[in-house]
Amino acid sequence: MSREHILHKVRTALGRTAGQAVADPPTVRLRVSEMDVETRVAMMLQRVEALAGKTRRVATAQDARAYVGSVLGGKSAVASNAPFLRECGILDLAGVQSGFTAAPELRTLCATADVGITSADYALADTGTLVMLSSPQEARLISLLPPVHIAVVPPQRVLTSLDELLIILPHPAEQTSSMVLITGPSRTADIEQILVRGVHGPGEIHVVVVG
Amino acid sequence: MSAAFDEKIHNTLADANLQLAIYAATGRLIDHRKHAVAVAALPDYQELRTQANALKKHTIDHLDYYLEQFEANVAAHGGKVVYCKDGTEVADFVLGLAKERHAGLIVKSKSMTTEEIDLNERLEHHQLESVETDLGEYILQLAHQKPYHIVAPALHLTRYEVGDLFARTLGVANETVVEKQALIARTVLRQKFLAADIGITGANFLVADSGAVVLVENEGNARLTTSAPRIHISVAGIEKLIPRAQDLAVFLKLLGRSATGQALTVYTSFLSGPRRAGEIDGPEEFYVVLLDNGRTKLLANREHRQSLYCIRCGACLNHCPVYRKIGGHSFPWVYSGPIGAIITPQFLGVAHEPGLPFASSLCGACAEVCPVKIDIPKILLDLRAEVKKSEEREGKARLERLAFKLWAWVMCHPRIYEMAAKVASGLAPAESGKWLRRVPAVMDLPPVRAWLSQRDLPPAPGKSFREMWRKR
Repeated sequence: MSREHILHKVRTALGRTAGQAVADPPTVRLRVSEMDVETRVAMMLQRVEALAGKTRRVATAQDARAYVGSVLGGKSAVASNAPFLRECGILDLAGVQSGFTAAPELRTLCATADVGITSADYALADTGTLVMLSSPQEARLISLLPPVHIAVVPPQRVLTSLDELLIILPHPAEQTSSMVLITGPSRTADIEQILVRGVHGPGEIHVVVVG
Repeated sequence: MSAAFDEKIHNTLADANLQLAIYAATGRLIDHRKHAVAVAALPDYQELRTQANALKKHTIDHLDYYLEQFEANVAAHGGKVVYCKDGTEVADFVLGLAKERHAGLIVKSKSMTTEEIDLNERLEHHQLESVETDLGEYILQLAHQKPYHIVAPALHLTRYEVGDLFARTLGVANETVVEKQALIARTVLRQKFLAADIGITGANFLVADSGAVVLVENEGNARLTTSAPRIHISVAGIEKLIPRAQDLAVFLKLLGRSATGQALTVYTSFLSGPRRAGEIDGPEEFYVVLLDNGRTKLLANREHRQSLYCIRCGACLNHCPVYRKIGGHSFPWVYSGPIGAIITPQFLGVAHEPGLPFASSLCGACAEVCPVKIDIPKILLDLRAEVKKSEEREGKARLERLAFKLWAWVMCHPRIYEMAAKVASGLAPAESGKWLRRVPAVMDLPPVRAWLSQRDLPPAPGKSFREMWRKR
C-alpha cells in the first residue's frame, strides 16, 4: 500500500512515468596495476601487520601446520570446511574441531572456542584485506565469534585491490548471500577515541600464506 | 532562532570540558582524513569525488527505476522489500513480524535512519526489547541520549562518565580503563547476540543490480547482528541506492577515508538475501525496509535533491567551525552539523527551527571535504531565503523589513547619511565598550536585544571619513 504511494511520489517528483527506460549509469573506471604474486603477497602481509595483525609466509603445508599449532598452544579451535585447511593438515591438530554443517551446533562451539580457523576466498594486497564468501566451505561465525582468527591462504588468491576483486566478482550476489571483507582485527574508538581491539569480533588476527 | 536552540548553544559554549572534547575529537578525525586523501595516499581522490557525485546524481534522478530493480533482485534471492512512509509504519512492520515469529529480543547495529524515527523507543513502548550493540550507541542507549556525531556517537562523553554509567546501569565495578569498559560491553552484548531473534541494521548502500545491503563498520557488531539472529531487517532511506556492485569501488574508497581515515573499515559486509541452501549459518529471513519519511518531498526540488547524495561520513561535521563550537546536541534533530542544517529543514520544514540555516559562517569547508560534492553552502542560502519568505508571509519580519528599507533609503541619500552619522557619533561615547546596550529604550526592542547579545558597535571616531576627505 505504501509501496505504490511512495513510488508514485518518487515518479511525480522526478517527472518520470512508470516503466520509463534509463540510460546506463556513468562508467566506473576500475584500475589494476600489474604486480607479480610475490609482490602482492608481501604487500598484503605488510598491510595486515600495519593494522596490528600477525602474519607468516611459509613454504610448505607442514610449516603452516606447525605455525597454526604454535598459535593454538593447546587452546580449543573451530576450523571451517575449506579443503585447503585439510590439505595443510590443520584439521588433525590437537584441539581443532571441524566438519560442521548444522548452524546450532557450530554456533554453540564458536561461542566457546578460543580460536577460529578459516581459509579465505581472496585477499587484497593494497589494503591487507581477507575476502570471505559464505558457502558450505566457509561459515560466517568462525571468523567472528572466537577472540582469535587465523586465516590460511594460498598465494594465488591474493589480488591487488578492491578494483580487481570487483572485476573478478562483478556480481557477488550470484555466488553467495554474504561476502565480507575483513581488514585487520575488530576495533573501536568510541570512548575518547582511544583505540581498543577486539570489541565484538576477533581482537587478534593471523594471516598465513602457504606455498 | 528558538529559545531552546539558543539555550543549548550557550550551554555548550559555557562547558569548557565539552568544548575541549569536541575540539580534540573532530581535530583528530580531520588529521586522519587529511592523510588518507592526500595525493600520495590516493592520487585519484578528486576523480573519485566527481564519479561519486555523477553516480549519485544518476541514481537519484532515476530513483524509481533503481528502487524497482533492487526490489526485484532482493525477491530473487529470497528476501522481501517493505516500503514505509514513516516511523509508525516501520514500527508496525517490526512489531507485526516479531509477534508472528514469536520474537522477544532484538539486537541493533548503528543506524542513523532508525535514530531518525526513534525506532527503539517505539518498540520499547510495546515491550519489545531492542538493544544497541555498537559500543558508542550502547553507551548512549544506557544514558538515554541521542548521537552526538554521525560517525562518533559518544564523542562528548569521557571514560569517567562511561565508568559511572556502566556501574549505575549494569551493576558492574566502576572501571575507567577503556579496554576494560569495552570488555564489559562485549560480555553483556555477546549474550544478547546469542539470544536475539531479530537483528536490525541500517544500510550504507543498497545495490540495485544485486539486491544487496552493504554495511561498513569496525567492531563486528553489524556482522553479528546479521549472522546470529534468525531474522535480519535492514532499515534504509530510499536514497541509499547505487546501481551496481562495481560502483562500490568508488564509494568504499571514499567513505572510510572521509569518515575515519581508513582505506577500508575493518568489516564490509555485502548481504543479499537469507542463508542459501548449503550455507552453514546466517539468517533464515531477510527484509529491507525502504523508508520515505520526507525524502520524496525533498526529491521534488531539482536544486536541493543533491542533499540525498550524502553517504553519512561525518567529514562536514568535523570541518565545520560552527559544529566544533556548538556540538551535536545543540542541533534540533539527530542529524547535526552542516548536513543536518540542510536536511533537517527539508525533512521537517523550515519552521521546525528557523534559526538553523543561519547557524553557519558559510565558510565552505563542508563542501570542500564532502566526498559526494554536495553544495551545502548554496543550499543553506536558499533555505535562509525560504525562512525569510515564510516569516514575511506570517508578517513576522515587518520590523526587520522596515529597518532595512530605512537603511537602504539612508544609504542612497549621501546628505542624509552624513547627518545621521553625525547624530549617531554625537550620541556615542569615545571609549570602547558595550555602550549601545546601556541605552534602555533601544534594548527594549527584542530584535535589537538579540542582535546585540552577540555584537557591539565600535566607539565613534572624532571625525568622519568624509570630513577628513574634504580637508585633505
